[in-house]
Amino acid sequence: MTTTHPDESIQKSPKIQVPSGMILSYLVLMVLLFITLFPLWWVIRTALTAPSSVFSHTSSLMPVHPMTQNFERVLGLIDTEDLIGEGVVTSYMSTATLDFWVFLRNSFIVSGSITLGQTLFSSMAAYAFARIRFPLRDKIFFVYLTGLMIPGIVLFIPNFVFIRQLGWIGTYQGIIAPTFLMTPFAVFFMRQFFLGLNKDLEEAATIDGASRIGLFWRIALPLVKGPLLTLAILTFIGSWNEYLWPLLVGRDEDVRVLTVALGIFREQTPQGAPDWAGLMAGTAVSIVPAIIIFIFFGRKVVDSIQFSGFK
Amino acid sequence: MSANYTHIKSRFILSKWMNQLLNKEALIGYLFILPSLIGFAIFFAYPAARAVYISFLDWNLLTEARYVGLDNYRTLFDDKRFWDSLQVTVLYVAWNIPLQTVLAIFMAVMLERFSTTVSSIMRGIMILPWLMPNVVVALLWLWILDPSIGLMNEFLKAVGMDRQPFMGSPDQAIQSMAGINIWRHVGYTSILVFAGLKTIPRSLYEAAAIDGAGELMQFRKITLPLLRPVLVFVLVTSVIGSFQVFDTIAVTTGGGPAGSTRVIIYYIYQQVFERRIKMGMATAASVVLFSILITVTIIQMRLLRSGESDVADYQ
Repeated sequence: MTTTHPDESIQKSPKIQVPSGMILSYLVLMVLLFITLFPLWWVIRTALTAPSSVFSHTSSLMPVHPMTQNFERVLGLIDTEDLIGEGVVTSYMSTATLDFWVFLRNSFIVSGSITLGQTLFSSMAAYAFARIRFPLRDKIFFVYLTGLMIPGIVLFIPNFVFIRQLGWIGTYQGIIAPTFLMTPFAVFFMRQFFLGLNKDLEEAATIDGASRIGLFWRIALPLVKGPLLTLAILTFIGSWNEYLWPLLVGRDEDVRVLTVALGIFREQTPQGAPDWAGLMAGTAVSIVPAIIIFIFFGRKVVDSIQFSGFK
Repeated sequence: MSANYTHIKSRFILSKWMNQLLNKEALIGYLFILPSLIGFAIFFAYPAARAVYISFLDWNLLTEARYVGLDNYRTLFDDKRFWDSLQVTVLYVAWNIPLQTVLAIFMAVMLERFSTTVSSIMRGIMILPWLMPNVVVALLWLWILDPSIGLMNEFLKAVGMDRQPFMGSPDQAIQSMAGINIWRHVGYTSILVFAGLKTIPRSLYEAAAIDGAGELMQFRKITLPLLRPVLVFVLVTSVIGSFQVFDTIAVTTGGGPAGSTRVIIYYIYQQVFERRIKMGMATAASVVLFSILITVTIIQMRLLRSGESDVADYQ
């Protein structure tokens, strides 16, 4: 993989030259790994540390008085009232509503619905744009593409007004609706793959009497399973990570998603110093889906990013 | 005569049948795009037009809206806070983009030196910060960069340097924001650049090496020019993205200290959710942001001559 160096042929002992370059590269690699991963360890370390020790042991690399109480607290497994009664609660702890199970559930409902709807409906549209002939087809697709360029905030405010007129503020459908039926990116992404499919298979199936819907569902869709899964993963991550839109329409506790909950938890923390132990426990809980996707689909995500640069 | 007639008749029936099929085909086409068309019309096209319309209104959501023409734009351009927010945004972009791009190129070039296995694992790990919500990344760094008990200051103390206030000081807050978002995004960007590197033919480097070009020369004369299409994509998308920074700032400084991190989107957010509700002002500012983004993108495309490719010159 290393580029051929002109001096290499002249050098008497290339063995020394090449490894020294590689050692430097490996060193840089280690630094990169450390910078990427250590902050995550710091989240876990803080989340496992007793709230009061967070302030006294600021540089201990390991959890101080390791305990899972912070996790139990943010997941609502122990009542903060009880802790106050036992005198465990100190000024270091937030007494904000901490029911991360509910927020976790909300995040799953919202991201799951958006992923299902958006992938299905965008694929249907993408298939039609790639394979079915109808008047104005390419014009409509072009108009979709212009939607890619509009910044989110331009749409968020009128959409907020619209959702409010529908009486959907503080409801799941209010958070889900704008991206449930399509995003221009999803249609564009899937269309590329439908365009690349071989037409022979579909033609053969047409002769055998398959309908358009049958062609789409039984032939075309299974052939783009890979990209479909990629789109689903990207959509899920995107809606899981979204903050501004659910902040506008879904602050209410029963529909509050994790990102909004973390923001509010941070706002409500005690004067001056935030409840770092609790906050980091909540943060750790919110990273779990990212870790799961990373473990199972990391390769796929990397590939899809590499693809996106060449559209 | 009669044979010919049946022939014509059958052709007529055939074409009618074809026509029907075609119409049915068109109908099915529309049926397939219908859900997306509804979604696009209601949540993309209509709000885009409505944003422009609302920007001509004096409206607080609670009382009747009043048409005020260009008044909101006038007020906006007279508002010092608005100009300050634009300045803060540009400052953020100026810290964020060059550093991130240079770092990403460096990382990608370095990754290419390793075996496929190592670089593949590394690319996987580098994507991890990007998978996490902005809010999470912001809180994690808020903690590490805490002025009094943050780990970063403990580290600085350990190596004999002065404590830094980071987000606590107007002089360092926006740079801290840029740093945080570089941490989240640089892996993603370097993966894009890495993919671009893979498209450059090896033979070019070999030929250059024979001609006596050193590695630095090769990087300048081969790698950078041939990377241009990817760099255009990276720069255009990341500049558009970083002009719209919000999440990180909203959960950490809330625009402070002293307005030093009040970026344009945060300014717009404040028009709707803090102080008096001014929908007209908020949308007017968002329309202005949109025009800025389009202008910046066109300028970037021009400067980087995005349409052309250099590969042909080299082959």
